[in-house]
Amino acid sequence: MGSYTYPKFGYRICADQTAPAPPRHDVVVVGAGLVGLTAAIDLALKGVRVVVIDDDDTVSQGSRSICQAKRTLEIWDRLGCAAPMLAKGITWQTGKIFFRDRKVFAFDLQPEGGHRFPAFINLQQYWVEQYLVERAQSLPNIELRWRNRLAGLTAHEDHVRLEVETPDGRYVCTADWVIAADGARSTARRMMGLDFRGKVFEDRFLIADVRVDGAKFPTERWFWFDPPFHEGGSALVHRQADGLWRVDLQLGWTADPESEKRPERVIPRLKAVFGADTAFDLEWVSVYTFQCRRLERFRHGRVLFAGDAAHQVSPFGARGGNSGVQDADNLCWKLALVLKGLAPGTLLDSYDAERSLAADENVLITTRSTDFITPKGAASKLFRDAVLQLAERHPFARHLVNSGRLSLPTLHDPSPLNTPDRDAFAGAPGPGAAATDAPLLCDGAPDWLLGTLNGGFSGLYFSDGPVSADTASQLAALDQMPLPVRPLIVAPAPAPSPQGLRVVVDRDGSARRRYDALPGTFYLLRPDQHVCARWRRFDPRAVTAAVDRATGRAAPHQEHS
Amino acid sequence: MNKLRTETAFERPDDFYELLIETHRGLSDEQSAMINAKLILLLSNHIGDLDVIREALHLAKQGV
Repeated sequence: MGSYTYPKFGYRICADQTAPAPPRHDVVVVGAGLVGLTAAIDLALKGVRVVVIDDDDTVSQGSRSICQAKRTLEIWDRLGCAAPMLAKGITWQTGKIFFRDRKVFAFDLQPEGGHRFPAFINLQQYWVEQYLVERAQSLPNIELRWRNRLAGLTAHEDHVRLEVETPDGRYVCTADWVIAADGARSTARRMMGLDFRGKVFEDRFLIADVRVDGAKFPTERWFWFDPPFHEGGSALVHRQADGLWRVDLQLGWTADPESEKRPERVIPRLKAVFGADTAFDLEWVSVYTFQCRRLERFRHGRVLFAGDAAHQVSPFGARGGNSGVQDADNLCWKLALVLKGLAPGTLLDSYDAERSLAADENVLITTRSTDFITPKGAASKLFRDAVLQLAERHPFARHLVNSGRLSLPTLHDPSPLNTPDRDAFAGAPGPGAAATDAPLLCDGAPDWLLGTLNGGFSGLYFSDGPVSADTASQLAALDQMPLPVRPLIVAPAPAPSPQGLRVVVDRDGSARRRYDALPGTFYLLRPDQHVCARWRRFDPRAVTAAVDRATGRAAPHQEHS
Repeated sequence: MNKLRTETAFERPDDFYELLIETHRGLSDEQSAMINAKLILLLSNHIGDLDVIREALHLAKQGV
């Protein structure tokens, strides 16, 4: 009996199956996984009607992508579904590294307080998907079609034609746009005949979910290089919800994937990890190899690839699921603006540009991690072991130890959507960076900076006292533009709200510090909470020009000043 | 007397490590060992301070 009961969402006949002619949809999302569901919810909240098709009628088989990163949680919070995940998930921030029989060092992924979300929670992918499905089911703009398998896809200049196989046979529909979020073995990708190139790592790993009586390890990420209980390999132990533990053991390239999955092979390995007298239940076992590869382009006309369908990385660093969710975050506001006629279709090319940067970064970082964890060749192994020996006492070597560099949001820079800085800022999120959270008071109650943003463009205006009537009028006018920018005044103490503008209180100075803000500093944030421009002095004309640039309505070289 | 610096000096440590490992890719053990020896000589000369090199040699020998 497993710790999780898989929901059965059930197949239902849909209107398309009896339509006299193929119906036209605004957006069809292929794949109801982490990425497809995130995209569907984001679009629906922006007023776009979405059809989601999935060949199965339940959630992820197996716990798979368990580490949900801070930025991903912030995205899900914007979509209104992070709270149950945070409540159910295991919050952690400490990692420990071991070499043979010695602890080498510990690291803290979130040394600074004052953030709504922790560096990571561990939560099995099936739970995450269940919460996403529940959120999607609450939104009238989303139609979830289970056991609807993509059977044909033809991309045309002005639409995409889809053939869908169901238990009642096949139907045809069309869509203005298709988001292909159908995973590493993407059917959409294959149907479009697209190359998926990269590098296969010649190694095999055993991954197991184990329910253990009594916690043997603390709520931390423990990683061993060449431990006594699994000589010559690497080992990772990580806690999940429901009393489950994730165990990841390097087996080597010559291991036989079929026999290694058998309980008589797995159980002795797990006893070596947890102790011979520990009682445990084996819930899930898989033997995997991995690869780093990506599509050359993520946009193919009206078909947009996201998540594993677009790029695949090695699992060390939790960069698969997290980067896929961040793809959706990047894509959906752009697609919604294009659908509403508020931005040209070319804005979607910036999805490819920005998320290609992210994919390349993730491929590079995870490839380096893999090379450190599984060194190929004597020299590589020698340096690896030397680094680990030095790391116990010498700080510089700790920076070289690489057991996976855990997912952080990508800086989208360069990007055609950014307005480069003209004013000097010390650190702080610059153009292309995800906005940093900070604790605030809103209407007298504790809140968070990211939580006060509304899903459109936002402008943070930092003030140190009363805002002049002129400035207040100019700020208020931002919200009246065809593409509104919602102004938010960030003040050090409660202040009257001029002209009905929203004033939030930076009660402990965190926001000022994190944004290197001085009185008059203005940050322009995109709907995906990324900074696209910032200035030391608020100038409405500069803001308008930056919004035009961030929505692809002005070419980057047309600098207004 | 100058002290050996053991805080990180690299802005991007992973870039350095990749460069180091890539230099050895595809070489025999003997070739790698020769590169390492030459590298130590080159960097030691660059440092030029026997106190620092002596301390580094001492720390390197620990645990071996």
